Amino acid sequence: MSLNESEPTAVGSYDANSAVLVLEDGQVYVGEPYGATGRTFGEIVFATGMTGYQETLTDPSYDRQIVVQTFPHIGDTGVNHEDPESSRIWVAGYVVRDPSPVVSNWRATGSLDDDLQAQTIVGIADIDTRKLVRHLRSAGVMRAGIFSGDALTDETGKVADIADLLAQVKAQPQMSGSNLGPEVSTKETYTVEPTGDFEGKDPLATVVAVDLGIKAMTPHRLAERGCRVHVVPMTTTFEQIQAMNPDGVFFSNGPGDPGTADDTVALLRAVLDAGYPFFGICFGNQILGRALGFGTYKLKFGHRGINQPVKDLTTGKVEVTAHNHGFAVDAPIGETIVTPYDGGHFGKARVSHIDLNDNVVEGLECLDIPAFSVQYHPEAAAGPHDASYLFDRFVNLMLNTKDSKEGSVNA
Amino acid sequence: MPKRTDIHSVMVIGSGPIVIGQAAEFDYSGTQACRVLREEGIRVILVNSNPATIMTDPEMADATYIEPISVPILEKIIAKERPDALLPTLGGQTALNAAMALGEAGVLKKYNVELIGASLDAIDRGEDRELFKKVVDEAGAESARSFIAHSMEEVDAIVKELGYPLVVRPSFTMGGLGSGIAHNEEELHRIAGAGLHYSPTDEVLLEEGIEGWKEFELELMRDRKDNVVVVCPIENVDPVGVHTGDSITVAPCFTLTDREYQKLRDIGIAIIRGVGVDTGGCNIQFAVHPGTGRIIVIEMNPRVSRSSALASKATGFPIAKIATKLALGYTLDEIQNDITQSTPASFEPTIDYVVTKVPRFAFEKFPGAETRLTTSMKSVGEAMALGGNFQESLGKAMRSIDKRHMGFSWDGEKPDAAEVADLLEKIKVPTEHRYQQIQRAIWGGATNEQIFESTKIDPWFIEQLLLIDKTAIAIKEAKTLTPALLKRGKKAGLSDVQIAHLRGLGDEGENTIRELRWTYGLRPVYKTVDTCAAEFDAVTPYYYSCYADESELRPRKREAVIILGSGPNRIGQGIEFDYTCVHAVQELGKDYDTIMVNCNPETVSTDYDMSDRLYFEPLTFEDVLEIYEAEKEMGPVKGVIVQLGGQTPLSLAARLKAAGVPILGTTPESIDLAENRELFGEVLRKEGLNAPRYGTALSLEEAQEAANNIGYPVLVRPSYVLGGRGMEIVYDDAQLKKYVGRALDEAKADMVVSGRLPSPLLIDKFLSDAIEIDVDALFDGEELYIGGIMEHVEEAGVHSGDAACTLPPSTLSDDQIRRLREATLAISRGCNVRGLVNVQYAFMSNTLYVIEANPRASRTVPFASKATGTPLAKAAARIMAGETIADQRANGLLLPHGDGGDVRIGQPVAVKESVLPFKRFRTPVGKTVDILLGPEMRSTGEVMGFDRDFPHAFAKSQLAAYEGGLPTSGNVFISVNDTDKRQLPLMAVRLVELGFKIWATEGTASVLRRYGIESNIVDKITGRVDTDEAKVRHAEGSVGKNVVELIEDGKIDMVLNTPNSRGSRSDGYSIRAAAIAADLPQFTTMTEFSAVLLAIEAVKKQDYQILSIQEHAQQLFALEGVN
Repeated sequence: MSLNESEPTAVGSYDANSAVLVLEDGQVYVGEPYGATGRTFGEIVFATGMTGYQETLTDPSYDRQIVVQTFPHIGDTGVNHEDPESSRIWVAGYVVRDPSPVVSNWRATGSLDDDLQAQTIVGIADIDTRKLVRHLRSAGVMRAGIFSGDALTDETGKVADIADLLAQVKAQPQMSGSNLGPEVSTKETYTVEPTGDFEGKDPLATVVAVDLGIKAMTPHRLAERGCRVHVVPMTTTFEQIQAMNPDGVFFSNGPGDPGTADDTVALLRAVLDAGYPFFGICFGNQILGRALGFGTYKLKFGHRGINQPVKDLTTGKVEVTAHNHGFAVDAPIGETIVTPYDGGHFGKARVSHIDLNDNVVEGLECLDIPAFSVQYHPEAAAGPHDASYLFDRFVNLMLNTKDSKEGSVNA
Repeated sequence: MPKRTDIHSVMVIGSGPIVIGQAAEFDYSGTQACRVLREEGIRVILVNSNPATIMTDPEMADATYIEPISVPILEKIIAKERPDALLPTLGGQTALNAAMALGEAGVLKKYNVELIGASLDAIDRGEDRELFKKVVDEAGAESARSFIAHSMEEVDAIVKELGYPLVVRPSFTMGGLGSGIAHNEEELHRIAGAGLHYSPTDEVLLEEGIEGWKEFELELMRDRKDNVVVVCPIENVDPVGVHTGDSITVAPCFTLTDREYQKLRDIGIAIIRGVGVDTGGCNIQFAVHPGTGRIIVIEMNPRVSRSSALASKATGFPIAKIATKLALGYTLDEIQNDITQSTPASFEPTIDYVVTKVPRFAFEKFPGAETRLTTSMKSVGEAMALGGNFQESLGKAMRSIDKRHMGFSWDGEKPDAAEVADLLEKIKVPTEHRYQQIQRAIWGGATNEQIFESTKIDPWFIEQLLLIDKTAIAIKEAKTLTPALLKRGKKAGLSDVQIAHLRGLGDEGENTIRELRWTYGLRPVYKTVDTCAAEFDAVTPYYYSCYADESELRPRKREAVIILGSGPNRIGQGIEFDYTCVHAVQELGKDYDTIMVNCNPETVSTDYDMSDRLYFEPLTFEDVLEIYEAEKEMGPVKGVIVQLGGQTPLSLAARLKAAGVPILGTTPESIDLAENRELFGEVLRKEGLNAPRYGTALSLEEAQEAANNIGYPVLVRPSYVLGGRGMEIVYDDAQLKKYVGRALDEAKADMVVSGRLPSPLLIDKFLSDAIEIDVDALFDGEELYIGGIMEHVEEAGVHSGDAACTLPPSTLSDDQIRRLREATLAISRGCNVRGLVNVQYAFMSNTLYVIEANPRASRTVPFASKATGTPLAKAAARIMAGETIADQRANGLLLPHGDGGDVRIGQPVAVKESVLPFKRFRTPVGKTVDILLGPEMRSTGEVMGFDRDFPHAFAKSQLAAYEGGLPTSGNVFISVNDTDKRQLPLMAVRLVELGFKIWATEGTASVLRRYGIESNIVDKITGRVDTDEAKVRHAEGSVGKNVVELIEDGKIDMVLNTPNSRGSRSDGYSIRAAAIAADLPQFTTMTEFSAVLLAIEAVKKQDYQILSIQEHAQQLFALEGVN
């Protein structure tokens, strides 16, 4: 029998082979490197979905954020070419408990670890993610950094001390006040043609989708309902949109602080003024809120999960929905509001959806113009499909507007 | 949409006795339902025949009927109580079937009772195979290609279309009873034949084989506004082919991407809508092809199920409670999540830990039974564990099973190539031991691909097993056990004992490893089950351990009592012990913080609503000690109660005490006085009490010497067992030699040195023709309070857990009762009992023998409590905490004077009957295993018949235990052994007078003829099998058929068959097997049959009395002069 005779080392100390996560309030987590080694910074947030890590990683809304997965096992089903929501991984860093050593799924084309390394995403594994999440829940989201490999040692091989790492974290910009749309928006316009039952047919409607960080599933959901979708850069002008002669305009989800997106708000006001049917998701909801004259604010720890109960105040029905938002619209619930912008310029509106967990505004509906938006993700990916009816609602809105226009021309 | 205002009273039907496929989970769900209904101010009328349930406690309902769940009785109750509605979705298949039967019989309509929770149409669409297939189709999903057959001819036609393998599923049976996979014609005929029989609609489904596909389950809930939530996905580690109840299952799912999972969710929602479950929950099972992802919907249950109990415990989302609220008209968004108290029930749970469920089997009880796991459930219980990762939760779940050799082990030699090849072959057949075999194969070098090839278990899970092996080997081979390595071992789910074995330290090394671990500061932390992956604060203290950094325990102010539960249900240790634990929690909760520790997801005790704190943890020394240490830091701990959870916690008592844990109630030293044969013999000698002569032996020589000294027949068993495990009546040296040989074989891994067993065998004189009695009592050191005296209906020799018994005793004299009382007092005093004690006695020729004493709650405590209207376990808990019996008389828990041993004029009679699972266990050729009752307990559950006198109560107990109960007319087959022939004529005369026709074998018929009793003569079976019709030798005057043929033809209504000898070759076995297959009431002892005759006669003369236990209690207390 030979038990250890050497001195016990304190669990939690780190060395050159560790990965270290440092929060701006000084909390430190020591784990194993995961994905690429090096250093990365971002706003640390947690996501509670039990499935869908590939969609999460490739969601542009996670730009500049370090994502903590609450689900213990990540990477089990590897990665495939069908599920990404964009062409690359957007998260700034990745925090997991137990990465899978193998890939097991019939659709898999590679392993997540390889993908993270190839795209130089720095991660950390094998930490008490629940402790971290509980901390973020009470302290709120904040800046953080992950350090491993070379980033953890100097030229002499000496391991960096925490004070130094913390200073690096604190030197990073805050998420509030960040305008990240330009980082994630497409540089070129591209078109998604009708698909599924509508493949090869004339589109029922044409949509211009302004890309503020759009997920691939969104134009797909419209395309499978017979729409042709032109996905355009956020720098597109109103005149350019008009030139495409759309039946409706869509503003997508995206990262950053909606309070910084003045140009986008102005663009939307022009769209609304022109009477285009409008639908917005997530960031697009916040932009509609601002266009109508409401404020936005930062939530303490946001909503990032695929199990959130949202109530449709029109029908009273509850849908289980996918969320990814750190900001929300500040509007009164349960009443018809004369929209504040320009003394009721856009007429009346009301909050159409709320989150039942915390009563956060989850949707807006204009009563005098054909515009509505939701804060959550009816396109899901990842997440339940309960809210996909909203795409039908948008298509119907476009078709009805089209009919009444044609009707009025004929009349 | 708030609660409906038109429902004022609701009838709830329970699930009846615990059987395989329908266990304690329905006490959990039913109890939740009753509590919700009462909280809502609704009058609750409860019917359940199982007395060992919390739901049948008087305070759970306004009117509780411990009555058979059969249409005529239910109708009487409905007529009396006139409920507004019937809630049938919380009592398993039994309640659902009963509701269907009440609907079909027109009873619901006649009394204007509304079915809530699920309509008859929805039940039909969910349960009827063809209707369900249509629903699946309309949901845009696929079912396995299949056809329905109503006869064997149809079966043969269908197989031509589908080919083999073919799955056979009978309609309307629970736990997959009667289903199986046929690979050839012979198997097909056997399985389909049985299936046609078991299906109440004579209907089986034959479908394409999907063995080896991945298997998933979803638990869904839907409200009347069409809101749906998926509570939890469950993934079966064992692929399709093993019943989900027999599979290792995990929550949530691990091997599906979001797209694939959402497909299941979409289909699930479409199905719950299509079936029309609009105020409740359902469970849907899916198969997914591992290579293509093709999804097949297997089945759905439009009710609360075993899986929903598991999902509730796994996530903290109380499905039964919410289902009840939905049935009352609430919607999901109106119901608050108890755990967060801030979010609604429409917030789907998400979890940040891993849940693993492992089944517990009892094949050792059924020698000869096929041990292959199939689509027909065979496990008798389950354990669940939560961990920070899969490995940790699997390790914890396996040690929760509380059965030797069920965990992973790296003892002995590393398997060589030949053994690995052999193991890879063996694991192709799923059995109880498959995971141990896989682990050994991995140790021996088998690869992920090889294991997958043999088992079709998903490679992700196999890889986790490979990682566990890697960690274990690292620990085994490391020069020193460093903190990092030890931590890695704990995260891989290895127990201190397993690590000690890996380090070559054996069982004893557990202490060394723990001390080292503590030196390193490596302690488990406790995390909260919160339904939301920490997104919101959890209010409910429901904890699990894991090795991580942060513990979430909160300080306490009140002194705490820790109550250890009984772990997974097993034969001999079932729901009765959960009942007593829950009572302790309820009663002690008034004065202390109660802390419950248990690992059985089916139980009421693991409902987070019950105790002040719940630890869902294995009941091992290591895990319990850590909880004690952690709780000590949180506030004062008075001590630990070990005597209510059966043998599992009791066996930890001595070690816990040695580790400094205060044990409440009877001390470990006193427990040893009762359990150790030598010491107990000393106690009896001092008190002048008789025990059957006995001896102990560690080897064959010693055993033979002891047996010859005592004189055959003897009763042989290992020491320290519950439920008579391994007990046998031995008649001669040869049988003894066989028994000892088997014991040596089984003990091999426990280091047998030169033919000597590691622990002694107990050899007792077997008492023939004796009356056996169970006494449950309370003792506080001074005063004795008899809880109940229960007389067995069968003679001594049948295990007390399998025997029918009656309270008050039906034949004992006042003098005999006095002697029992005195003996119980002497034993309680001699063994220093504090709390409950159970003593088993026998009167042989009016001499009193003490068979054994158990200083703990016994299986009969709930029955005795219900029969006497006295909460014995609650009083016991207070006595253990230091109070006296006088205190309990004063506070109203016990009678102010007298006790449960007094027989009062006008007292109603309660009969307990046991329910046996023989139908589930078949030999490899498909016959049921032999059903003879013996000293080894084999029943899974019990029912209670309660009525004005013994015959009526006994008749009720039969009606509750067996569908249809006793026949009141028809044909009785009789075959008795020579010893019993003298008693036969009187019974036969009564049978004839009652209008029965007697059928008998030649010998029996000849005796009857000499008494002038006519009978039809049937052929012997021996000599008839496999012979050409022309050569068959018919008995003289025979009807030309043997009894098995007559039973199969449906000619026989009841069987009396007292056995000559055991063994599958004898006629007796074939008769019993045929009767079991045909569901006939059959009796194997004369004493029980005489009770049967009395019962039939009594019921013919006078109808049953239907009284609620609340009414019974009033009568009992009136007899006592108490209000």
